[in-house]
Amino acid sequence: MPAQGLLLKENLIMSDISALENISTQVRRDILRMVHKVNSGHPGGSLGCVEYFVSLFFNTMDIKVPFDMNGENEDLFFLSNGHISPVFYSVLARKGYFPVEELNTFRLIDSRLQGHPTTHEGLPGIRVASGSLGQGLSVAIGAAQSKKLNNDPKTVFVLMGDGELQEGQNWEALMYAAAKGVDNIIATVDLNGKQIDGTTDDVLHMGDVAEKFKAFGWDVLTLKEGNNVEKIIATLATAKSKLGRQKPIVILMETEMGNGVDFMMHTHAWHGKAPNDEQLENALAQNIETLGDY
Amino acid sequence: MKQYINQGSNDTRSGFGDGLTELGRTNPNVVALCADLIGSLKMQDFIDENPERFFQIGIAEANMMGIAAGLTIGGKIPFTGTFANFSTGRVYDQIRQSIAYSGKNVKICASHAGITLGEDGATHQILEDIGMMKMLPGMTVINTCDYNQTKAATLAIADFEGPVYLRFGRPKVANFTTPELGFEIGKGILLNPGNDVTIVATGHLVWEALQAAEELEANGISAEVINIHTIKPLDEEIILNSVKKTGCLVSAEEHNYLGGLGETISGLLGLKLPTPMEMVATQDTFGESGTPAQLMTKYGLDKSAIIQKVHQVIKRK
Repeated sequence: MPAQGLLLKENLIMSDISALENISTQVRRDILRMVHKVNSGHPGGSLGCVEYFVSLFFNTMDIKVPFDMNGENEDLFFLSNGHISPVFYSVLARKGYFPVEELNTFRLIDSRLQGHPTTHEGLPGIRVASGSLGQGLSVAIGAAQSKKLNNDPKTVFVLMGDGELQEGQNWEALMYAAAKGVDNIIATVDLNGKQIDGTTDDVLHMGDVAEKFKAFGWDVLTLKEGNNVEKIIATLATAKSKLGRQKPIVILMETEMGNGVDFMMHTHAWHGKAPNDEQLENALAQNIETLGDY
Repeated sequence: MKQYINQGSNDTRSGFGDGLTELGRTNPNVVALCADLIGSLKMQDFIDENPERFFQIGIAEANMMGIAAGLTIGGKIPFTGTFANFSTGRVYDQIRQSIAYSGKNVKICASHAGITLGEDGATHQILEDIGMMKMLPGMTVINTCDYNQTKAATLAIADFEGPVYLRFGRPKVANFTTPELGFEIGKGILLNPGNDVTIVATGHLVWEALQAAEELEANGISAEVINIHTIKPLDEEIILNSVKKTGCLVSAEEHNYLGGLGETISGLLGLKLPTPMEMVATQDTFGESGTPAQLMTKYGLDKSAIIQKVHQVIKRK
């Protein structure tokens, strides 16, 4: 398995599902090792979105390396729920935006890999700071409208958390995007049903999220298997086929927080907690090195 | 005493609107956003000439700030327009994270600042906005004094890379600055040389300061009048050079004394050249309904308040 993975590093065939799964396994290792080293960070939500990030960055999106802030004639990605920075950083590094060794500096003093993503330290791949929740969708809509002004046919992608939908700014943005027919954006909501204080149902029940998006004028796609690379790619392809029809598009993606590490799944306990040495060893044993650890 | 002539009273927000219209003709990257206050912000001409470059956001200021941040990606220069209150306090965190911390080239253009918004009362007046904006790392803060200066500032900030807070007002006030005075971000303007006291004013208080200086001169007091339109970054040199000569200073602004221009100057003097100083500003209070003139008098923001503070500070020399 490792030998095959190392081969993939040199010659990635991104339409190959098993190749994407191999990258996902390595990204899970990166996440676990990053948060373990500094005994802080958010592994649960990061692990839950690994397959989405890998599918986007290694298959769906048409993006350029090295990084250019204006991103003209390429797809753009915004992360609104910035606390899942470990998965974002790992995928950016694995894609080649910065050296994978830099993942070693996550959350350390003088690092470009801040606890939450920021442009302030000049980390390639980041286009706006996020962490204070509920702001990413507005920024993504602005970037989408900028693309329209520039006659740029590419697409803007944005990921939001489900608990984050409790922030009111999202609903301003949802209303606006539909009213203005912003149809070059594909938003995804990570429906893992959990937030810091417990389940989203317990903390603040959001009712029927799909019906809410529909009522706000969005084209809604649901993805039940949000940790299945094949299904994610298929849903993103369906979403892309709906672009340019005067309606913004959202994918409601059901994921399992902590996916790929048995003791981190089916609980919100690992939202913002790092594994200890023994737990790390256990977790890594479930995710064998594929592309080479940093 | 240098003479300044009112070339015809006008509102500073019209200076913004006319500046924006000019930018629409000269800079294809300039885009404008508004949260349901097109008329108040005088944006209609820009919209008529550039409908595709205007974004009506509706009454959703947080979304407006986020969209403005996003529009910069791809090279646009967004100018947001709403009242100062809704441009700052309502959306502080959106400005902080999506604009200031993210280093986005957004121009936050804020009308109806201060107490001269008048009859709508304290919910719409704001006397804390300079403080909030100057506290943000990397934010440039400008408060203009008349129509001409506001138009000049609007043009200047389009050519400046980085987030800017541009503050102006509602009422018609004297329009007295001339092109010869120039407008350079971060550079104070010496309006009148004098020897006995330095008056540093910003916004609507600049005209009041000139009136005060005239009256003081008639009573044998020579006042140096400096207009600080850019509160951050502060032109320290013009202030320090002036107080080295005069030995005392009065600041004047339509803002709370906490967080405003006066506080900025007192910090400068305390650190670099301790000098007796008095402030003309509101005294940690909310405003209320009334005409602009009534409010300026009641809250001590006019010519006579400046004169009174000058007499006080000269005694402390």
